[in-house]
Amino acid sequence: MSKSTRQAFGESLAAWGEKNKQIVVLDADLAKSTKSEIFAKKFPERFFEMGISEANMIGAAAGLSFSGKLPFLCSFGAFITGRYDTIRLSVAYSGANVRLIGTHAGVGIGDDGHSQMGLEDITLMRALPTMGVFQPMDARETELIMDYLVEKWVGPAYVRLTRQNLPDLMAVSAKTGAKWEAGKILKIREAVAGKKKIVAFGSGAGTAEAVKAADLLDAEGSPFSIAVYNVHSLKPFDEAGVIAVSVDAERVITVEDHSVIGGLGSCVAETLAGLDRHPRLVKYGVQDLFGESGEADELYDLHGISAKAIVASLQR
Amino acid sequence: MKSSSELAVLSQEFRIQIIDMLTEAKSGHPGGSLSMIDLLTGLWFSTMRGVESAKNLAADRDHFILSKGHGVPALYAILAKKGFIDVEELMTLRKTGSRLQGHPDRVRMPIVEASTGSLGQGLSVAQGMAMALKMDGKPGRVFCVLGDGEIQEGQIWESALSAPKFGLSNLCAILDANGGQIDGPVSEVMPLEPLRAKWESFGWHVLEIDGHDFDAIRAAYSEFDRLSAEKGKKPVFIIARTVKGKGVSFMENQIGWHGVVPKIEERDRARGELNTKLSELRKLSSPLKGGN
Repeated sequence: MSKSTRQAFGESLAAWGEKNKQIVVLDADLAKSTKSEIFAKKFPERFFEMGISEANMIGAAAGLSFSGKLPFLCSFGAFITGRYDTIRLSVAYSGANVRLIGTHAGVGIGDDGHSQMGLEDITLMRALPTMGVFQPMDARETELIMDYLVEKWVGPAYVRLTRQNLPDLMAVSAKTGAKWEAGKILKIREAVAGKKKIVAFGSGAGTAEAVKAADLLDAEGSPFSIAVYNVHSLKPFDEAGVIAVSVDAERVITVEDHSVIGGLGSCVAETLAGLDRHPRLVKYGVQDLFGESGEADELYDLHGISAKAIVASLQR
Repeated sequence: MKSSSELAVLSQEFRIQIIDMLTEAKSGHPGGSLSMIDLLTGLWFSTMRGVESAKNLAADRDHFILSKGHGVPALYAILAKKGFIDVEELMTLRKTGSRLQGHPDRVRMPIVEASTGSLGQGLSVAQGMAMALKMDGKPGRVFCVLGDGEIQEGQIWESALSAPKFGLSNLCAILDANGGQIDGPVSEVMPLEPLRAKWESFGWHVLEIDGHDFDAIRAAYSEFDRLSAEKGKKPVFIIARTVKGKGVSFMENQIGWHGVVPKIEERDRARGELNTKLSELRKLSSPLKGGN
């Protein structure tokens, strides 16, 4: 079942609102888009419409957390992380137990163009000490991350969500027998035995492209086959897990709808670079470029992060 | 509840500690620490509830956020008097390993409530705390001290718009309007006036006082007590007209002393002046003992 991660977030948040009365939600005039409106309708007394004033929303969320609330603040990722200084000081440095929810991740939002696309939000959030950075690959994983963030995580955390629908990859993963664990990479698909193994790490919308690329490659009878792993936790980053599955690969690739500067590709590069020997790494993502308006699938082709573009690149 | 003359004595003692701390630290901000110390003394020793001492901190206490974080030596002096910091520890200000960071650090020292120092952020945090207290029906109130140069930051005006919307009559912002900032007079760097009209038009209840007159300071805080008890809709904004470097003749109204600390001989001169005045204030506050 295909669903956007923002929709899954909104539904999970409203469900958690029933169970955890300390949850409060803030939005900056985008509640319909971030799906925080589902919570707002159910619990109007715990929903704060902060207007188009993201910096104040972030600071107020910190204050709410200091008084014992568990605030979820929501907007487009680009707009939230654009108020970096407030996140840096009032949230991260202050140890505020705040959940920052950034939707409209990447060029996958399509038409609206660069100004609305979260493209370097992971880079920015990852650089802040104590900040957790999470990105689900599908609706079910969004729920799991939400459970983790309500029940277990203490301190600030950023969650990156999509506008567009994503396929149910947890169901695909289940076929491998892999078990989801918070903070750990998850096997989604095995490489075909006997073929040269490429290990792909995906995150967010990138994971679906990696899986499609793996299917395409096998269908074309390539001598290579891709094993796909999903990374939902960019920070803390599962270095041991990444190393364990990478060492015997012919090549490692990363697939993300985010800048390759500081995103998943950088996380994997930083990890592998610490080894004496490691496979070659190719980072598929938005290179040192801005986004632009267009159809999402065309933009994925343009930026070389569609399954088709990845397969073409691997065959070169 | 202390009298105005008792508060004046306390505040003068804090001035001496501020000068000593900053001299020892060899860096910091005397001008804005001295301009607001009377405002802070009035708050912590005659107005704020449930903060009697470190050992006697009430669950339903009032809260304080120093948004103009560079003035933190003034707050540390008060926290030492309240027992949150050892008096000897004051001299570790800005030194490696000290929790007395150059700007407030909530993680190292929870009683400062918010980490500040990048200007313009504390009022939003104060607003959030006031929102939580209000929704939980708790009696605690939130005080937030701002610098006048600081409110050139856009985020301040986001909060100025926002706090009245939520009817936060449990929020009191106090502007230390000393008229100076690093690059020069506020009126030249980026004019703020008419301040009263601006904040009133944003929906705040505005009071304007002499920020070194303890009778006026106490009267303004009492007005806030009354308004917050009535559970009206408006947050309160107190414009306190102050003198940068107040209490040390050669620092008063001198922009140069915003972020420059005294050398030893300057410290001694400042101490001499402050001590002379302190003796006078002590006589005034206890006329019977001071009579002989």
